[in-house]
Amino acid sequence: MANFYNDNKELRFHLQHPLMEKIVRLKERNFTEKEKFDYAPMDYEDAFDSFDKVLEVVGEICGDIVAPNAESIDAEGPHVVDGHVIYARGTQENIEALNKAGLMGMSLPRTYGGLNFPIVPYIMAADIVSRADAGFVNIWGLQDCAETINEFASEEQKAKYLPRVCNDGDTMAMDLTEPDAGSDLQAVQLKATWDEKKQTWLLNGVKRFITNGDGHISLVLARSEAGTKDGRGLSMFIYDKKNGGVTVRRIEHKMGIIGSPTCELVFKDAPGELVGDRKMGLIKYVMALMNGARLGIAAQSVGVCEAAYREGLQYAKERMQFGKAIIRFPAVYEMLATMKAKLDASRTLLYETARFVDMYKTYMHISEERKLEKEERDEMKQYQKLADIFTPLVKGMASEYSNQLAYDAIQIHGGSGFMKDYPVERIYRDARITSIYEGTTQLQVVAAIRGVTTGAYLAQIREYEAEKVAPELEYMHRSLIILTDDYEQAVKKVTASNDNEFVDFHARRLVEMAGHIIMSYLLLLDTNRDRMFLKSAKNYIAFGKAQVKAHAEFIRSSELNDLGMYKYEM
Amino acid sequence: MKGYKIIVLAKQVPDTRNVGKDAMKADGTVNRAALPAIFNPEDLNALEQALRIKDSFPGTTITILTMGPGRAAEIIREGMFRGADDGILLTDRAFAGSDTLATSYALGQALKKIKDFDIIIAGRQAIDGDTAQVGPQVAEKLGLPQVTYVEEVKEITGKKIIMKRRLERGVEIVSCPLPLVITVNSSAPDCRARNAKLLMKYKHAKTVTELQNSNEDYMHLYNDRPYLNIQEWTVSDIESNPEELGLSGSPTKVKTVENVVLQAKEAKIITSADNDIDQLMRELIESHTIG
Repeated sequence: MANFYNDNKELRFHLQHPLMEKIVRLKERNFTEKEKFDYAPMDYEDAFDSFDKVLEVVGEICGDIVAPNAESIDAEGPHVVDGHVIYARGTQENIEALNKAGLMGMSLPRTYGGLNFPIVPYIMAADIVSRADAGFVNIWGLQDCAETINEFASEEQKAKYLPRVCNDGDTMAMDLTEPDAGSDLQAVQLKATWDEKKQTWLLNGVKRFITNGDGHISLVLARSEAGTKDGRGLSMFIYDKKNGGVTVRRIEHKMGIIGSPTCELVFKDAPGELVGDRKMGLIKYVMALMNGARLGIAAQSVGVCEAAYREGLQYAKERMQFGKAIIRFPAVYEMLATMKAKLDASRTLLYETARFVDMYKTYMHISEERKLEKEERDEMKQYQKLADIFTPLVKGMASEYSNQLAYDAIQIHGGSGFMKDYPVERIYRDARITSIYEGTTQLQVVAAIRGVTTGAYLAQIREYEAEKVAPELEYMHRSLIILTDDYEQAVKKVTASNDNEFVDFHARRLVEMAGHIIMSYLLLLDTNRDRMFLKSAKNYIAFGKAQVKAHAEFIRSSELNDLGMYKYEM
Repeated sequence: MKGYKIIVLAKQVPDTRNVGKDAMKADGTVNRAALPAIFNPEDLNALEQALRIKDSFPGTTITILTMGPGRAAEIIREGMFRGADDGILLTDRAFAGSDTLATSYALGQALKKIKDFDIIIAGRQAIDGDTAQVGPQVAEKLGLPQVTYVEEVKEITGKKIIMKRRLERGVEIVSCPLPLVITVNSSAPDCRARNAKLLMKYKHAKTVTELQNSNEDYMHLYNDRPYLNIQEWTVSDIESNPEELGLSGSPTKVKTVENVVLQAKEAKIITSADNDIDQLMRELIESHTIG
């Protein structure tokens, strides 16, 4: 009877952001599809109403089916029979329910059976599913791969594969990692060779740590150019499970997200279809795939934050010690308030980023249909830049917060939280991977530091700064302007060194400083629209300010020569 | 295979599962305004069985037939969001105050007008009255065989249907010729969730009365898309004897209704699943009830 959308009014708030109307208008090409499809919207209000109603269905399925299944899936896990994956019983139920509800291929065009939803409501669905079961959202969320097919594959391939995702419930996988190619994907060795007789590419080799590796349709990164050693020799292929040639050697025994099968795959003459151009596999397609996946992990992280916060809150209200509910002790309510502030901060950054992605991707798709006006082209470039620097920022910040919230949720439970009797221990284990896969936090920082050094974050902070807020919120606005000075000083100091190692050494601190200021501004602007965020904005700004000051102080007293002090053994 | 024609009998009921203090009026009748109106739960089990038949036999059509006030059109839409093709709302002041006899008479007359169907399927009983009489009475009035307490439709071949019945002391597998009336238990599988595309397709569906009372922005749609018009039948649309309708057709007279205050604050349903039993044991040990 629970509904994970309706019981969370913050979600509807983010869905109603002022920029949504423009996004939807572009995505719907001014609502021209209503003549062709009986489920296309008439106008913006109609589209919004559809998002709202469909998310209600997502919330219902998550509350009634996915969340109650989470515990048994965690205990049972998937297993391998005859080289293929059998999901836990609850996983199968979840997939079937979401499938029948038509919730696969949410963002794909209607021509292929998709719902043509923008990224924002799709990501919101991921946020909701993740709160219900962070392990399951991996399987469901791999429909992201279909977005890559939609972007880069041929018309023929789109027509062949996308309807299967939308209508038949085919699940997907992205096969990138190998035993010796993890963070460094340039080292991928899986071979793709053209077979003249069979007129197909054949894939041979091993992939490792592949989420849902036995999915129906897989995107495979493989070396198509024999003799090459780097990323320029890699191409992207579609492997269709119907053709056979790939077996699951084993499933990893993991700490968390146990329901999500992490597979080691053996390719033996598995036929593959080339996607797009040869040699562009890593350079272009994987980069796009990864950006989509990173946003997905950010959504997963926010869902985990939501689950952790709710578990902590409920326990703190129910648990009586010293004659009162423990939530009444400052040590506990402060912890919960900070958790809630971090949750709201991560979520507002998530949807801000999703909107940036929506804007540029929609323009990109439109540009395939017609030439964009100069104004539109400029806007596309602007949003693409923002999406590029915000995606690693939200992935990094939200995943770290999901770990912190899970930790605090257990702390609130005390000894009971350490036991298997409460969901928090599963949430804690599930959270741990978010700051690791699709690029560790350290690698998100590598991607995000450009936003610091090029001044792109600062420029966006200035945009937020220029927005008017109600007079009674002005004091928060002012304190953020001062905080931005601290950030600018720190950036100046580090970049003035002209030393890459020094920049790398402080990169995380600088990115976090930008992150705290950006999230503070977003919460302030949210509060300006709706006072339900007032406490979170105040608390986050207080928290963020302390963090920024600490980093600023660390950087202020740090010199290039000090780096040696950090090298114990090398 | 041309599929089957299925009529699902459904009722909109007050949600008596979560009753508050104001659930009853001073005179002992149900305060419908205080309770949310929902799709009767076992009718949803019945709809799911119909949808499964439709999944297996393409070309099958499902029509929701419901009797009730204007707002009962809501459950027809709910049915369409899940895969029903259309619906008929039987609504008229003349039907007001119907007990099970008058209800089954009105439904029966509506079904005689529909005429063409293979399977009539309904929930075993509605949660507001708990009589389990309407389904069987409809079957009697139409002279059709009835199979009650069905948990699963196992097989249909041509004009024969095989079902599993859930009885107190076990299960029974029965076979029956079509057409027939089936009533379905809550032990049958839950109904699937609403489907996103169907939801968007049918969300504007309305009865004539609803359309007249709304400031619908998309009036042109109702000409262009006939499926958005939910049929609304009044007493003049069916052949009937006024004596047998509504209050005059209802021999049941409520003498008094007592407001029973239960001692226990809350009840919990515990299934026989290992998880549930483990949880119960843990709670009992924790509260020192046992151990």
